[in-house]
Amino acid sequence: MNRLTRDQMAERVARDIPEGAYVNLGIGLPTKVADYLPIDRDVFLQSENGLLGMGPAPTPGDEDWELINAGKQAVTLLSGGCFFHHADSFAMMRGGHLDICVLGAFQVSVNGDLANWHTGEPGAIPAVGGAMDLAIGARQTLVMMELLTRQGDSKLVETCTYPLTGLGCVSRVYTDLAVFDVGPAGAAVVEMTPGLSIDELRRLTGLPLDAAV
Amino acid sequence: MIDKTFATALEAVADIGNGASVMIGGFGTAGMPDQLIDALIARGVGDLTIINNNAGNGEAGVAALIKAGRVRKIICSFPRQSDSHHFDAAYRAGTIELELVPQGNLAARIHAGGAGLGAIFTPTGFGTLLAQGKETRHIDGRDYVLEYPIKADFALIKAQRGDRWGNLVYRKTARNFGPIMAMAARCTIAQVAQIVDLGVLDPEAVVTPGIFVQRVVQVERAQSPAVAA
Repeated sequence: MNRLTRDQMAERVARDIPEGAYVNLGIGLPTKVADYLPIDRDVFLQSENGLLGMGPAPTPGDEDWELINAGKQAVTLLSGGCFFHHADSFAMMRGGHLDICVLGAFQVSVNGDLANWHTGEPGAIPAVGGAMDLAIGARQTLVMMELLTRQGDSKLVETCTYPLTGLGCVSRVYTDLAVFDVGPAGAAVVEMTPGLSIDELRRLTGLPLDAAV
Repeated sequence: MIDKTFATALEAVADIGNGASVMIGGFGTAGMPDQLIDALIARGVGDLTIINNNAGNGEAGVAALIKAGRVRKIICSFPRQSDSHHFDAAYRAGTIELELVPQGNLAARIHAGGAGLGAIFTPTGFGTLLAQGKETRHIDGRDYVLEYPIKADFALIKAQRGDRWGNLVYRKTARNFGPIMAMAARCTIAQVAQIVDLGVLDPEAVVTPGIFVQRVVQVERAQSPAVAA
């Protein structure tokens, strides 16, 4: 089975981010998307901890630990970028000013429910951060994840079994095997890796998938 | 003459007592007022309620406060990190109470506390575990959760420069929760890298107006350390 690497997934997501978009990339896998945004495309990267116009990582030795991203990694600020406090940062999300956010996920349901903050296991210490605000705040919430768990279970599901982050908030899911639209009409296949059939995707996910129109 | 400056961090925190609620600025270690926290630890008070985005990183700051057993309850959004071992141990031992709040709700509740609002309706968290048992309302086609303001007895924040009237400017992403925590505490104490004369801070660029700040203390500037994600 042809699978996209994590870098190829990031490159695929980056293709769908248009010039002029205000974008928040979640911690973990989505952070990679920044590496594939063409330099001639002006995209405004927002980080929840109070910056807009986030640039790439500094060269080693030039880190400023008061200039970090949501994952607490050292970053840089582009010319024209700016800083702001937390109430403004989350107003950008909740207020619908952010065009796109890209998040990782444990599970996404066919109607766009997202589970990405807590496994719900006994003894697990919960941590939510900005996930719930981002999920429901951005105009478009995109998810990036491997389609299957290591055990082979589909992470695109009829109904999430993990605790939810947001209801009906995801519009598109980018995976290593296929891209799906999700929402009130259910899940539809936008594209597949070469050699994969929709029947095989139905078998892997256990979902009655159709091609997107 | 009004002069809000204090000579030392220890003097600035001298009246924080047992059982106080204390907001502490910072996102990880960026913006964390490490020297005010050290002074608070040195004072020896306990049974504190701490409001912070995280629950300590590594060994310093909030982590040291938790390690010293001074924190009864923490209100935060992101406690579990690879270097939050002191919080993890206290949580598993049942010696610390956790109120987990989505980060934007934390910011909005703190802001509401400072702005004198009675409550807020927020869309964040609707239909999730973190909204269980809370009042909800459908407004103009969208579902919201009722959340109450967070206020505190004290706020400890870190800024870059301040003056004797309490006006503050910050540095890069160390700003984070500082400006809103300053609004929401009865007494806000700012550690700054430099105290400047009145008029030096550009009035067009003052981020926190002095009305929100009661005490300013200049400390030796230490670069925030790196933290594990």
